[in-house]
Amino acid sequence: MSALAHIGAGQGAPAGPDTAKRGSWMPYLLLLPGMLWLIVFFVVPLVQLFTVSLQSKFPGYPGYYYRDLNFKNYWSALTEFAPHFGRSLLFAGLATFFAFCLAYPLAYAMAFKAGRWRGLMMICIIAPFFTSFILRTIAWRQILADEGPVAKTLNFLHVLPGGHITETWMAVVAGLTYNFLPFMVLPIYASLERADPRIIEAGGDLYANGFTTFRTVTLPMSMPGVLAGTLLTFIPAAGDYVNAELLGSDRSTKMVGNVIESQFFKVPGGYPTAAALSFTLMALILALVFVYVRKFGTEELL
Amino acid sequence: MAGFREATGDLRIENVTKEFGDFTAVDDLTLSVPRGSFFALLGPSGCGKTTTLRMVAGLEQPTRGRILIGDTDLTGSRPYERPVNTVFQSYALFPHLTVRDNVAFGPKRRGQKDATRMADEALELVQLPHLAARKPAQLSGGQQQRVAVARALVNRPEVLLLDEPLGALDLKLRRQMQVELKRIQTEVGLTFIHVTHDQEEAMTMADTVAVMNHGRIEQMGPPAQMYDLPKTAFVANFVGQSNLGHGRITGRDGDFFVADVHGSTVKIPAARSAVDSGDILFGVRPEKVHLARDSHDVIDRTRKVALGDDMKATVVDVSFIGVATQYLVQVASGATWSVYEQNLDVDPIDLKPGDPVWIEWDPAHAFAVAAEGAEIPAGPVLGDPVDMPRDTVS
Repeated sequence: MSALAHIGAGQGAPAGPDTAKRGSWMPYLLLLPGMLWLIVFFVVPLVQLFTVSLQSKFPGYPGYYYRDLNFKNYWSALTEFAPHFGRSLLFAGLATFFAFCLAYPLAYAMAFKAGRWRGLMMICIIAPFFTSFILRTIAWRQILADEGPVAKTLNFLHVLPGGHITETWMAVVAGLTYNFLPFMVLPIYASLERADPRIIEAGGDLYANGFTTFRTVTLPMSMPGVLAGTLLTFIPAAGDYVNAELLGSDRSTKMVGNVIESQFFKVPGGYPTAAALSFTLMALILALVFVYVRKFGTEELL
Repeated sequence: MAGFREATGDLRIENVTKEFGDFTAVDDLTLSVPRGSFFALLGPSGCGKTTTLRMVAGLEQPTRGRILIGDTDLTGSRPYERPVNTVFQSYALFPHLTVRDNVAFGPKRRGQKDATRMADEALELVQLPHLAARKPAQLSGGQQQRVAVARALVNRPEVLLLDEPLGALDLKLRRQMQVELKRIQTEVGLTFIHVTHDQEEAMTMADTVAVMNHGRIEQMGPPAQMYDLPKTAFVANFVGQSNLGHGRITGRDGDFFVADVHGSTVKIPAARSAVDSGDILFGVRPEKVHLARDSHDVIDRTRKVALGDDMKATVVDVSFIGVATQYLVQVASGATWSVYEQNLDVDPIDLKPGDPVWIEWDPAHAFAVAAEGAEIPAGPVLGDPVDMPRDTVS
């Protein structure tokens, strides 16, 4: 019926129902490339990884597997590599904490005190992205080396237990903190910069001194930025293996990312273990983020 | 509260100057506001009124001079040490706190045990107790404004500062809040200092109005007095409208000065002239001027004084405003005058541009201000066609 009407109307007739129809499938058409990309390169590999995590070794043929529902992979991976999981969460947590301590004053200064230097400070924060992440991490080996200025100074002051920074957890945490600092600074800066300075003045006007105003007004107002910053720092830091690889030691500072990497590429028959570890890490981070956002979520704020 | 200064009495601003680099925002200002009065600081943007307010609040420190409440010198003290609260132009409500917590913020900082009860009472005063649990973002502009007032009032400050608090509201709501604020001020009896660029707002609400321009007070007094007898050309045009014309005092006739304005002879009551000789700006309010359709129509001839040539004028523009009709007429010298006629009768407007008319007024309503340094703001009312020093005033 509508097709007939269409023919009868001819050119130039108002195409009301037609545009409405096109309008309804247009969004899906626009979504299609992205959805296809995600399905082919994310959902399918994820399912594939999950099936790998449940495979069993073919007895007598190292490097061969058969499809199975071997949940023991998870159990053995978790028991064997529990310390690595612990380190991942601990190092990522420490790095997030230190990054927050460094980033908040920096973001605050940029938002309220920097004036005309604000643009330059912003460039200084973003400029490191122009060089390779790996190169910058390698550079930290020089900075923290035993003969380098930091270790020498600390040793001179006799405040460095063991005498080394590189190949210890300190170097790994320092590297993580450095590498993810901009991800902490930028969201906090964005939320502070958006705040009306009059609101902070209102704190002073209502009998709160500088510290109380910060505690009761400025900090709560910037919570959305703090939340975003901690997530953007913690999540990649927990899965990172570059810092532990380049700055840590062979044994005592390996994180779960390093284990996954070596199980995949170095240990024969390590595929199911690596896949199980990847899935566990993902689930663990998802759970932590869920609890964290539930507790500190600030969606009610504007 | 460490550092909090108790102070009671009149607010006194003594010789206060505030400079920002080369720019002098407030220039040697001296002012006394009696305790419990409603005081309005009126002026165009950039005149220094907000800077003055911020110095009283402690958000800015004066470059020179002192700020006192009673005998307590507050100069140099921090905002949180002063018995002064501010209602900010943007309201500046804390977005992360509920309305009740916003209002209770001040009392809590001062360690009041019953902060929440005080907040509820203050919300009662601004008629918003039912919204106590909401967040500011869930309120309308008018409601946010009331919360901002409650948040400041709850502290019973010695002086309450209002920085253009009604600027963001629409006209009807603004009128309503003007009445409301006046009611609250009468009820609590605190000193209110209200900063505004809206002369009508200042005149409706305040006991005393101070008109500021370029960091100085041009004139200060009760609204009616200021409207009736402006002392400077700026006030004459900023507070209401005035027909102004350059002239020169030529002599005296009893209680009147005689002056020459564009070749016309006019009279000014001696008590209503800010100067007694030399160049003047002669002025009459538009509603004090009467339009006659022809020379025989002039009512009550005994009270009239001729304006010489300027008696005769030509209608340039007619605009119907509702309660009144505004006529722009051109007098013989070329100056354009504004005339308001109340629409008392049901007669249709019978004048149209180009019609000849006669303008007249009671000389008792005329006034004169000093011509020197006078500026006539741009606007619909033009006093003078000749080259005048004309500063743009927003």
